[in-house]
Amino acid sequence: MDISGSSAKILVVDDEPNIVVALEYLLQREGYEVRKAYNGQEALECMEAWTPDIVVLDVMMPGMNGFEVARLLRQLPALELTKIIFLTAKGTERDKQSGYASGAEYYMIKPFDNDVFVSTVNEIMAYG
Amino acid sequence: MTLSLVIGCSLAYISLLFLIAWWVDKRAERGVSFVNNPYVYSLSLAVYCTAWTFFGSVGRATTGGLSFLGVYLGPTLLAPLWYMVLRKIILISKNQRITSIADFISSRYGKSTTLGVMVTLIAVLGIVPYISIQLKAVTFGINTLTHFKSGVIPPSPDFWLDAGFWVTVAMAVFTGFFGTRKLDPNERHEGLVAAVAFESIVKLITFSAVGLFVTYGIYNGFEDLFTRATFREDTARMLTFESSGITTFSWNVLIALSLFAIILLPRQFHISVVENTSPRHIPKAMWVFPLYLLLINIFVLPIALAGKMIFDSSIHPDTYVLSLPLEKGAAWLALAAFIGGFSAATSMIVVEATALSIMFSNHIVVPLLIRMRSIGRNNLVNGAARLLDIRRLSILLMLFLAYWYQKSVGNTYDLVSVGLISFTAAAQLAPVVIGGLYWKRATHQGAVAGLTVGFLIWAFCLPLPSMAQVGIISKSFVTDGLFGIAFLKPYALFGVTGMDPITHAAFWSLFFNTWMYAIVSVNTRPSMLSLTQADLFVNIHKYISGQEYDILKREAKIGDLKAVLNRFLGESRSLWLLHEYESLNKVVLDDQKTAQADLISFVETNLAGAIGAASARVVIDSVAKEEPISLDEVMRILEQTREAVQHSRIMETKNEELKTLTLQLTTANDQLKQLDRLKADFITTVTHELRTPVTSIKALSRIILDDYDRLDEERRTAYLQIIVNESDRISRLINQVLDIEKLRSEDNLRPMEPLELTEIIAAAVNGMQQLFAERNISCSFPHTGESWVVKGDHDKLVQVVVNLLSNALKFCDPVNGRIDIGLLQKGGSVLLSVRDNGPGIPHKAREIIFEQFTQLQSKEQGKPQGTGLGLFITKKIVEQHNGSIRVESEPGEGALFEVKLPLSEP
Repeated sequence: MDISGSSAKILVVDDEPNIVVALEYLLQREGYEVRKAYNGQEALECMEAWTPDIVVLDVMMPGMNGFEVARLLRQLPALELTKIIFLTAKGTERDKQSGYASGAEYYMIKPFDNDVFVSTVNEIMAYG
Repeated sequence: MTLSLVIGCSLAYISLLFLIAWWVDKRAERGVSFVNNPYVYSLSLAVYCTAWTFFGSVGRATTGGLSFLGVYLGPTLLAPLWYMVLRKIILISKNQRITSIADFISSRYGKSTTLGVMVTLIAVLGIVPYISIQLKAVTFGINTLTHFKSGVIPPSPDFWLDAGFWVTVAMAVFTGFFGTRKLDPNERHEGLVAAVAFESIVKLITFSAVGLFVTYGIYNGFEDLFTRATFREDTARMLTFESSGITTFSWNVLIALSLFAIILLPRQFHISVVENTSPRHIPKAMWVFPLYLLLINIFVLPIALAGKMIFDSSIHPDTYVLSLPLEKGAAWLALAAFIGGFSAATSMIVVEATALSIMFSNHIVVPLLIRMRSIGRNNLVNGAARLLDIRRLSILLMLFLAYWYQKSVGNTYDLVSVGLISFTAAAQLAPVVIGGLYWKRATHQGAVAGLTVGFLIWAFCLPLPSMAQVGIISKSFVTDGLFGIAFLKPYALFGVTGMDPITHAAFWSLFFNTWMYAIVSVNTRPSMLSLTQADLFVNIHKYISGQEYDILKREAKIGDLKAVLNRFLGESRSLWLLHEYESLNKVVLDDQKTAQADLISFVETNLAGAIGAASARVVIDSVAKEEPISLDEVMRILEQTREAVQHSRIMETKNEELKTLTLQLTTANDQLKQLDRLKADFITTVTHELRTPVTSIKALSRIILDDYDRLDEERRTAYLQIIVNESDRISRLINQVLDIEKLRSEDNLRPMEPLELTEIIAAAVNGMQQLFAERNISCSFPHTGESWVVKGDHDKLVQVVVNLLSNALKFCDPVNGRIDIGLLQKGGSVLLSVRDNGPGIPHKAREIIFEQFTQLQSKEQGKPQGTGLGLFITKKIVEQHNGSIRVESEPGEGALFEVKLPLSEP
């Protein structure tokens, strides 16, 4: 856990507002600074000025899907250190491979377990 | 009249005939057929009227009264029957290249050499008396013309002084020239036929001229002549039927004999069948020929009566036709009449001798030579030339046989009596021919038995007694019966008396002939070849339609077959034939190769035209190997063939069915695959759609559970509200998935009832009033009181309206939302429209908007609530009601959904 005082920054991207509500609560409870985006376009716009440590990304979204967002994100030098966690209902092995191939570090399947999600985020922040 | 004048006129006449024949042949070579004409055909058939008719009928009338008519009534009365039989015989003969009556019978009973020989012998021996009366008539005629009133000259013991001898020589030379000029594979002699037809005209004209001279020159017409005749007892008797000495039974026998003769006499068979150019000529010949018979018989009775009245018994009645004009000083008419009689005799002799020589060479000499190996495979002698020599020799032989018969026996009998002996002989062929045409079961053995018995009885009852009469053989068997057995007297067999010799012989010979033929046939088994030939003859119509099967397995070198053809048909003819075969079957014949069965059959059929079926078969056998096949095997093959044909037909049908089925299955499989893929997609989508609300519910409820106390009241309530909403979403999704399943499984199954559309809209709007109020949306439904009745399912139609309203509600302007519902009649349908004032639908989306799990999202509003199944279900329901749904929209101007439903008849 980051105890340096400046809290870690996390971007949550999902087209389902209710899921965003839950993720926001969980991450804020841990003391992270959370921003929200409801589609890929919004997420990329957000990251132009704000460099998150972690992006929690949904895959099936209207417009740009999660994989595309991840690929674009990986091309930005400023976000070199940003970690990507896919959080999606697409759960096949092939989906997972596509996710890693697009540049993500973690791939979690919906519905997720709150504790597992939180500890994953904490671990990333603690050990990189 | 001098002999030289008579001979000179005869020679001139013969020259004319030659000229006609030569001219017609010449034309035929250029492809113009003179004889391919029903009238020429009919006239050539009149070769039936010989010197017997010309001179003999008058003679017969003086003794037997009207009985002379018998032999003409047969062909006339039974013309329709004749038509049927003759037509069939012609079809078979053309199909099989049959060249004579012997060939016909031999072919029918398995191409039998034995039968060929038998029929030829019966024909030659049976017809010799008939030829002899022609010779006698000509000789008589010459004698009458040159020695009229100076008394009949006795026949000279030295043959070189005998007129008959020279007549015979002249006839032999004449026939040799006419009938054996070339070897034609079809035995067609157009020149000969033309000459015969011409002679028929000469016969009719000269005989009628004499008749007219007698009736109108000597007497004053028919009335005068017949009236005078009734004054004399002997001439009056000639005019009645009763006193003619002819019984009803004899009449019938006479008619039957003449009916058989018209087809079975070798010359009649030759002219009517072999020389026939087309079966189409038969119908016309059916009346022209009987008409000819009628015309030539008109003056028979007047001439006979006049002769009897003028000469009494001082002159032989057979010569009345000549002696009446001579007596009355019309010498030129007598000469013309002689030429007419000469015509009758020569036409008969030429055709008969030609026909017999074909039979003789093809069925006796050729088989003999083949057996002696003097012609055949390894002999290079030109068979064609040799065949013609054989025919010339046989003509000579037969004519001199006839000359001998005339000298020794014929002189004691009148013309008609001798002629009828020949008729009876020809009639012996009737059972085997008629049976062969219509009775498939008839066998070779039956034919041999019938012919043998018939011929023996004929010989025993007619020619033998006549020979005994003139002292050539002992007379004892005539008076005492054979071996002294009274039952076996030739004129009273089995003690039956009261019939004239001809009737008696015809009855018994045909009686036993027919019975033997039938009984032996029933008790013997036909050979394989005989069976196939029988089928071919009896069912000829089946074969001329082109279907022919060869069950014989034969093999031969093509070179050998060519050699055989060359030998019998000559090089050019066989080359032409083989060339024709090659181009017809699109093959090239290689001498070293083995010939196929059909080529062997082709060669055999063509060879049969030259040397007869039986000989052709023997020749082919000498070069072809044949695998012996038993009857059982043949039956098995035939059975198998039939089965195979049936099977292949069934297989064909099955195959077609299978093809169709396969196609159907492939299509069905593709559809299933498509459905399967759709289903898989559907399930993937549904599970994804389910996971999303479950994710929210799980995460938020977990938060409430874990942090119940840390959460403030407001947040707790908000989270719980989300949980409730997401749960609703899940149950809505489940219901709609179930709806889709129901729509799929119960297409058109629910009963349709008449429904008032305004009520349905009202019900839907009422249900949604709360939601409109919450979102501040105004919904207008201008109800005019009009009635719109459609047929359908109430709940489903309500669902349609609700779905459209929910959809409009989702996309409505968030501030000033407005929904307009409208109803409009168009033809027999009603248009129900729902308009919103939302952002509208992009062009691209309009195409997929009615598909499942299509959800639209706008930037302004984010993700709308819904499952993506609403419009899909709506469309399905509308289609179930025979309606249609469409959307109209421009981006930024809202969307108009329009449902078209058929109006119910009031």
